[in-house]
Amino acid sequence: MSKQINNNESFLKRLVGNQLFIPLIALILLAVINLINDPGFFKITLGTNNAGYPVFSGYLITILDYGSELGILAIGMTLVTAASGGQDISVGATIAIAGSAMLRILCGGTSRPTEIQAPIIVAFLVACVVGMLCGAFNGILVAVFKIQPMIATLILFTAGRSIAAWINNNELPIVPDPKFAYFGGFIPGIPIPTTVFIVIACIIVIALVLKFTNLGLYTQAVGINENSSRLNGINPTFIKFLTFVILGLCVAVAALIKVSRLSTINYSVIAKDIEMDAILAVALGGNALSGGKFNMWASILGAYVIQFLTTTLYKFNVSSDALAAYKAVVVILLVVFSAPKVREQMGQLGKKLGSSKKGVA
Amino acid sequence: MNTEKKSIFNKISDTGLLLTITIVIFFAMYLGAIIFQGGGFTKPQMFFNILNSNAALIITACGMSVVMITGGIDISVGGVVALVSMCCAVYLDHHNGSILGSILIALGIGVLYGLVQGFLVAYLDIQPFIVSLAGMFFARGMTTIVNTAPFNVANEAFTKLKLTRINIPGMGTVNKKGIYVPAYVEIGVIVAFVIVILLFLVLRWTRLGRSFYAVGGNKQSALMLGINVQRTKFLSHLICSVLAGIGGYVYFLHVGSGSASHAMGMEMNAIASSIIGGTMLTGGVGNIIGTLFGVLSLSTIQNIVSSAGLDQAWWTGITIAAMLCIFLLIQSVVMAQKKRALKN
Repeated sequence: MSKQINNNESFLKRLVGNQLFIPLIALILLAVINLINDPGFFKITLGTNNAGYPVFSGYLITILDYGSELGILAIGMTLVTAASGGQDISVGATIAIAGSAMLRILCGGTSRPTEIQAPIIVAFLVACVVGMLCGAFNGILVAVFKIQPMIATLILFTAGRSIAAWINNNELPIVPDPKFAYFGGFIPGIPIPTTVFIVIACIIVIALVLKFTNLGLYTQAVGINENSSRLNGINPTFIKFLTFVILGLCVAVAALIKVSRLSTINYSVIAKDIEMDAILAVALGGNALSGGKFNMWASILGAYVIQFLTTTLYKFNVSSDALAAYKAVVVILLVVFSAPKVREQMGQLGKKLGSSKKGVA
Repeated sequence: MNTEKKSIFNKISDTGLLLTITIVIFFAMYLGAIIFQGGGFTKPQMFFNILNSNAALIITACGMSVVMITGGIDISVGGVVALVSMCCAVYLDHHNGSILGSILIALGIGVLYGLVQGFLVAYLDIQPFIVSLAGMFFARGMTTIVNTAPFNVANEAFTKLKLTRINIPGMGTVNKKGIYVPAYVEIGVIVAFVIVILLFLVLRWTRLGRSFYAVGGNKQSALMLGINVQRTKFLSHLICSVLAGIGGYVYFLHVGSGSASHAMGMEMNAIASSIIGGTMLTGGVGNIIGTLFGVLSLSTIQNIVSSAGLDQAWWTGITIAAMLCIFLLIQSVVMAQKKRALKN
């Protein structure tokens, strides 16, 4: 793996072996398909929106905009997956809970307020606390009671949307303040979607955390072998609990974006199936779903690949109902392609190619 | 007292212990419903109605248990149920097909799903969660591609089969007008019970059944015992998908329509029933009879909630989740105690 061996063979091996390889190849493949189909796919135009402010528009902007919730969730999901070796399937439902709590604070329990009842920041902080409480609930079940993550989170998955409806008495309050819509849309005068800035902020925060704390190392240690990490002085219970709380925080941020896009909420539809997409993002990034080592950036890239795929399918006039079938085919192809056994074969093929070339030379 | 408890803990296997808890809780719950709510719960037909509307869930949950015992998971079953009922509905209604043909379609979809998912999981070593996730997406998408709008089936032979009721002697009640109303079950319930008994026997006394437990418990030792791990995993997924196909037909027989929104969230109900029934996701522990009682507990809770007058939609979700939570905590605490008892 050292840089001195720079011949063909090891380069191929390194390329195929890299975790970013699969999502990158998928991204390039999708980009090429789109380029062939419609050369104008990558065009970004500067137009004006309804309010008369300049905004960028184009498919790339759409992908960056709508992929942001997934990207944020992928951060938390990667940590949870790495530490506990399981997945949180309740993120969609907890987004509904956090969003509902946010609306409750903003609208003060009435469905059609004339002005917001509390500052947006207070509502967001409450949503953060709610999200982290949900995460803590899952975390306690997983870490303390040793219940498998998918099953523990099944509880909130079943109850979440019901709780969300209960918080607002099943009404659908509408936030009257146009400022609230900035988070999921555009800030006047800035042509780039606000969500992009939110994602960048999240990425910077997690990058700093991974760089300056031992969170990444400890998470991986717990995921690889819980017992030996305990012997090394790490508290696996706390680390698992912490990853779920972090995911709860990510959920709250995603809920802010989701609710802000519509300025209201639909309990049964909001963030539907997003948990599946988030888990997929982690898997696409080449992270083992059974825990252990992880690559945060591959996961985030995976999230955008999924959004790219969704946008591409919409562009090919696939109806939103049938979208799932095409997505499934692509996912299966990607997963088969990245399966360790298949990759081993590919690696051997690469080796053979390299050595045969050497033989010729 | 304490020492006696310990010895009981030692004697009962994990499977048996969890099964006992489930059955006791189910009977306590049903008794509580009879005592505190009375009304419908005192009539035997109430119990048979629970069976009638959950026969499909029993069948799919049994398949789910087999996969979970082997250490895998299959979340595509709800999608397969929807796909089967839509395909059969289109075949029977638009093409005026025969009953036998529709049964073959249901089985065919199940077998195909099982072959593909089993191959990917067992022989290519891909995570079962991801494979069946894609399977679920595919089934849901295909259902809308086959037909978008929901519709009822108007096929004479099928309607006749759908309305066939099997009376149970001695369980009927006399209604207000003094007429004897017999208690009945639908065909699906018979199918479900045949499958439960068959699977129970297979898991208990056949080589294949024991190898499911062995692979789920510890793959390495199973391999050293000479069990073909890959084939066992493959077969577990095949059984699960075929049962999902059969469950789909039973579901279709109960509702008599095709719709893309059929069996939404059924996979989660199946998983929840298996867990309430004492199957563990880690594999190696589980029991089909437990799964049966898991489904019954789950649907009894639903019935209690709806007949208690808590008609607001959210109560169902919240109570089921609360019950699931309690069951999980009991399991977790009991298993931890057992471990401690064994250590001493």
